[in-house]
Amino acid sequence: MTSSMSRNDIILFAGFAAVVLLLPILATPFGAAYPDLLQRFMIFGIFAIGFNILFGLTGYLSFGHAAFFGVGSYAAMWSFKLLSLNAVPALLFALIVSGIFALAIGYVSLRRSGIYFSILTLAFAQMCYNLAYSVLTPITNGETGLRMAMSDPRYLDRMFFDAAPGMPVPSLFGMSLGGWNGFYFSAFFLLATFFLAMRISNSPFGLMLKGIKSNQNRMNYTGFNTRPYTLSAFVISGMLAGLAGALLVVTDPLAGAERMRWTASGEVVLMTILGGVGTLVGPVLGAWIIKYFENIFSSFNANVLNSFYSFLPDGVREVAVTISSKFVGEGWHLSLGLVFVLIVVFLPGGIMEGARRIAAWFGRMGNGSKRASEARAQPAE
Amino acid sequence: MTKFHMNRRGILKGAGAGLVTLATPHFFTKGAWAQDFCNNPTGGTVTFGLNLPLTGTYAEEGADELKAYELAIKHLNGEGDGGLLNVLKPSALKGNGILGKKVEFVTSDSQTLSDVARAGATRMIERDNAIMITGGSSSGEAIAVQSLCQEMGIIFMAGLTHSNDTTGKDKRRYGFRHFFNAYQSGIAIAPVIGEAYGNDRRAYHLTADYTWGWTQEESIKAATEALGWETVAAVRTPLGAGDYSQFLTPVLNSGADVLILNHYGNDMVNSLTQAVQFGMRDRQANGKQFEIVVPLFSELMAKGAGENIKGIFGTSNWHWALEDEGSQAFTKSFGAAYGSPPSQAAHTAYVQALLYADAVERAGTFYPPEVIKALEGFEFDGMGNGPTLYRAEDHQCMKSVLVVRGNENPTSQFDVLDVVQEVSRETTTYDPSIFGGELGSAEPVPQCT
Amino acid sequence: MFEVIFLQFLNGLDKGSAYALIALGLTIVFGTLGVVNFAHGALFMLGCFCAVAFRRLLTLETVTIDPEKLSPWGQPLQVREPLVQAWFGDFGAILVNYSVPLSLLLTVPVMLLVGVAMERGLIKFFYKRPHAEQILVTFGLAIVIGELVKAFFGPNPHPQPMPTDLRGAADIGAWLGMRAGVITYPLWRLIYFLFAVSIIGAVFAFLQFTTFGMVVRAGMADRETVGILGIDIDRRFTIMFGIAAVVAGMAGVMYTPLLPPNYTLGMDFLVISFVVVVVGGMGSLPGAVTAGFLLGILQSFASMTQVKAIFPGIDQIIIYLVAVVILLVRPRGLMGRRGVMEA
Repeated sequence: MTSSMSRNDIILFAGFAAVVLLLPILATPFGAAYPDLLQRFMIFGIFAIGFNILFGLTGYLSFGHAAFFGVGSYAAMWSFKLLSLNAVPALLFALIVSGIFALAIGYVSLRRSGIYFSILTLAFAQMCYNLAYSVLTPITNGETGLRMAMSDPRYLDRMFFDAAPGMPVPSLFGMSLGGWNGFYFSAFFLLATFFLAMRISNSPFGLMLKGIKSNQNRMNYTGFNTRPYTLSAFVISGMLAGLAGALLVVTDPLAGAERMRWTASGEVVLMTILGGVGTLVGPVLGAWIIKYFENIFSSFNANVLNSFYSFLPDGVREVAVTISSKFVGEGWHLSLGLVFVLIVVFLPGGIMEGARRIAAWFGRMGNGSKRASEARAQPAE
Repeated sequence: MTKFHMNRRGILKGAGAGLVTLATPHFFTKGAWAQDFCNNPTGGTVTFGLNLPLTGTYAEEGADELKAYELAIKHLNGEGDGGLLNVLKPSALKGNGILGKKVEFVTSDSQTLSDVARAGATRMIERDNAIMITGGSSSGEAIAVQSLCQEMGIIFMAGLTHSNDTTGKDKRRYGFRHFFNAYQSGIAIAPVIGEAYGNDRRAYHLTADYTWGWTQEESIKAATEALGWETVAAVRTPLGAGDYSQFLTPVLNSGADVLILNHYGNDMVNSLTQAVQFGMRDRQANGKQFEIVVPLFSELMAKGAGENIKGIFGTSNWHWALEDEGSQAFTKSFGAAYGSPPSQAAHTAYVQALLYADAVERAGTFYPPEVIKALEGFEFDGMGNGPTLYRAEDHQCMKSVLVVRGNENPTSQFDVLDVVQEVSRETTTYDPSIFGGELGSAEPVPQCT
Repeated sequence: MFEVIFLQFLNGLDKGSAYALIALGLTIVFGTLGVVNFAHGALFMLGCFCAVAFRRLLTLETVTIDPEKLSPWGQPLQVREPLVQAWFGDFGAILVNYSVPLSLLLTVPVMLLVGVAMERGLIKFFYKRPHAEQILVTFGLAIVIGELVKAFFGPNPHPQPMPTDLRGAADIGAWLGMRAGVITYPLWRLIYFLFAVSIIGAVFAFLQFTTFGMVVRAGMADRETVGILGIDIDRRFTIMFGIAAVVAGMAGVMYTPLLPPNYTLGMDFLVISFVVVVVGGMGSLPGAVTAGFLLGILQSFASMTQVKAIFPGIDQIIIYLVAVVILLVRPRGLMGRRGVMEA
């Protein structure tokens, strides 16, 4: 872990940081430049990076990562309720609790590999979800979801301050974390997570994980016990999921059980694959695309489509609107599914592979045209 | 010692914009100064945010609500036949938009999930400048969005939500509910089933294992036990179980002679259908005919349950076959536009849109605290449920509630319910303090961007 | 107490029937082609919609508008007349009544076609790719199939009435010479159980006693050697994929009267059927069937009030709990072979 960052890494990190911090401007043409969506971009980016540390590096496909996300949410919310409105103890508490959960679930699940591992994680997550919805309601407030109340004890805060009037909102040493503040707050953690992922992937620990992915048996034959490594990766990954869940509560103070369902676990798998598994930027891109689909594509109703196609004559426009409405608005899942299938079939490396291929193609084109112009230039000589 | 409290604007104004905000360019907050409250409509239009389940379990309710909102907005803008604008009494609506501004709308698919519903509502507030959020088809969703709207200082007019909590322990100053609740269902249905099935019955509850199910089970249990019924067992079933047979088999030999299904949506369609397949409606128990009661169902669920709903008692907020002027006008207007009669979800959605618009007209401003004042304690008539009061204490509408029964001889695919009784507003009124909760402040928190 | 336990056991068999049928198809695909098919739940759902479509065809109506009369919402009244009854009279009525079992006739060819098309069009490109990618592409396919069904049939469930003669409950207690009305169970659920048993029996017999089945079994054991012998094993495996789809589809058709299908049904059954397959042991046909019935029975017993009083919430997690325990105690499931699916 002592190796210093290479020049490429520094450029990559600086570029990523610039894109993230400038998102409020960059996302404007896409209609995505409002705090809530950009907060989600950050939060699910963290979730996906965390997931990729496990899946991308070790090849273990967890189908239950949403459990840690949900546990982080509940932990943060209880910290707001019992301790303080300050986000720092909430995030710490969420990291600890989700870490303990990840340690326990990971310790058991990692005894198996392949699809058996996937099913074990899935089973644990579904148990968490079902219990949170029903018998654990005193802790989770069931379907309604856990929220802050004016009457919460908040012992830490009460020791130092009088209760502020109005509904309590999460804050950072007195600064409210709604709106753009929340975005920059989560952006800070996304960058930190990205940095961490970068360091891990270049470290001896990361290389060990990749070795496990390519051939665990061989690693074992060399007398190496791989379990501590995979378990560490699992716990780090679970804690990052918990961090993301806690940040979602910080920026939007509600913790519900739905975010622990297996479909939510499936979503983070989709994000990672879509963007490019095993790459640094890919999972974040995937998360952004899916959240964009979910929030923006789904809002294209018939009105929006009609004005979009307003340049077409009446009859044609109706046909166009009818066909497109199957893919956007309430049909946005269809587009997502199709894009996903196409990606898996043609670009197993996700969007990042696509980007690489296009770059390579342009590179060849560039060279080609240079050669062509040289060739054309020759006769004139 | 007072708490160091600073809002976002304070931060930006002050020098300490550093720390986490890094370098928030000031143009992000463009417009924040021009408006004195969140999303103050300054142009010629005003935007409603419709937060509807267009996919997921309650998709059909969502689609019907959307139709109703589109109709309401047309009528508010003076297009179409005017609908209920003509029958609302008293009314300040002029049919030229709201305060002269044309009404427009944006939509969001809530997928019947609280997280998604909140994200959608936030988008419509932050990006699309919605002045008011309305819609929804489940209580979890309604409560989640309602507390969000309180934080953002945006009024929320709840759609279909039946849990006691929405205007009970989770009530909010910015949230308003026209729909009735589980407690009122209990009050309304108990005398009717008591009369039909006698006062000496043994009931078996199957309850959806989440907050709404529990409040309804509690309310119905209390109401039926007051009649003299005995509760044999109350069994919780997982949400969305699909196949309920493992919960239905124990009912057969339990000694119960009434099965009460506290399920909603597809869960209710499935559990009822399967209960009928278990022969429960052909059974004799304790020397009496075995009966099934579904305390809350909608016409959409009745359509889903088909034959099995015939003769089953339940409660409804409203039904299109009501004879009063308002119901007739709405049914005509909706039927002419979409070729089918409206559901209760559509009705509540339509009415909520009109009531909000009317309150703004009466307040003379979109400023939420004034609009809230105009809605609180508002007494009106002509919307289909008789004289109605928007109660100030909990923002719950007090109006008549319908006891309905599955139609034995439907004349069309829409004619699935018979209205058995219209239980008066006096009967269904209850003391708001029994559910606790706190409305909170009407002053908007300056969080809106 | 005996009747309560007996009924719960019966219910477990009935619940297990669906699990076993779906798991059987999944295992056929995995055992022959080595593909983890996350779209198998979607095939079950497509089967359900074959029944829906068949009934729609049978109940096509002519709609004439009667301008004399008005509906309560002020539109001209529509008079509907079913075509089948108009053409065939009483026979048409019988057809409509028995639409669910009759739609099996439509389902078999349709699902065979769907299965073969799926295998040739998409799955075959994934034989050589990692299991994780197979899971992902079929998961995506499952989303697409679900959404297409939604686009055509709408998001809401479509109730399919069972034939009138087969409605209601059968008095099993009376058959066994006990007091009437003590042990009654829905007739259709009993039929479903018998149906499942016969389908499972047929699949096993087919694999065991036909030449085709023998070749397939040989191919499952050692694909290359069978290939060297000059047998076109790929074509046979494609057909097996089709058969798996048909099994899933038929299971779906017969299930529609119990649970009105909607487009999410496939996803709802996906998780549970995978748990069943894994508990049974990947690739083991008897394992899948055993695990299906076992989990059905356990789920049924866990839902009893008496059990829940001791372990609150056990009915919500029993299936997953069993899966965890079995996977930890018997790593490859009940009857799985070593080394399958572990990379």
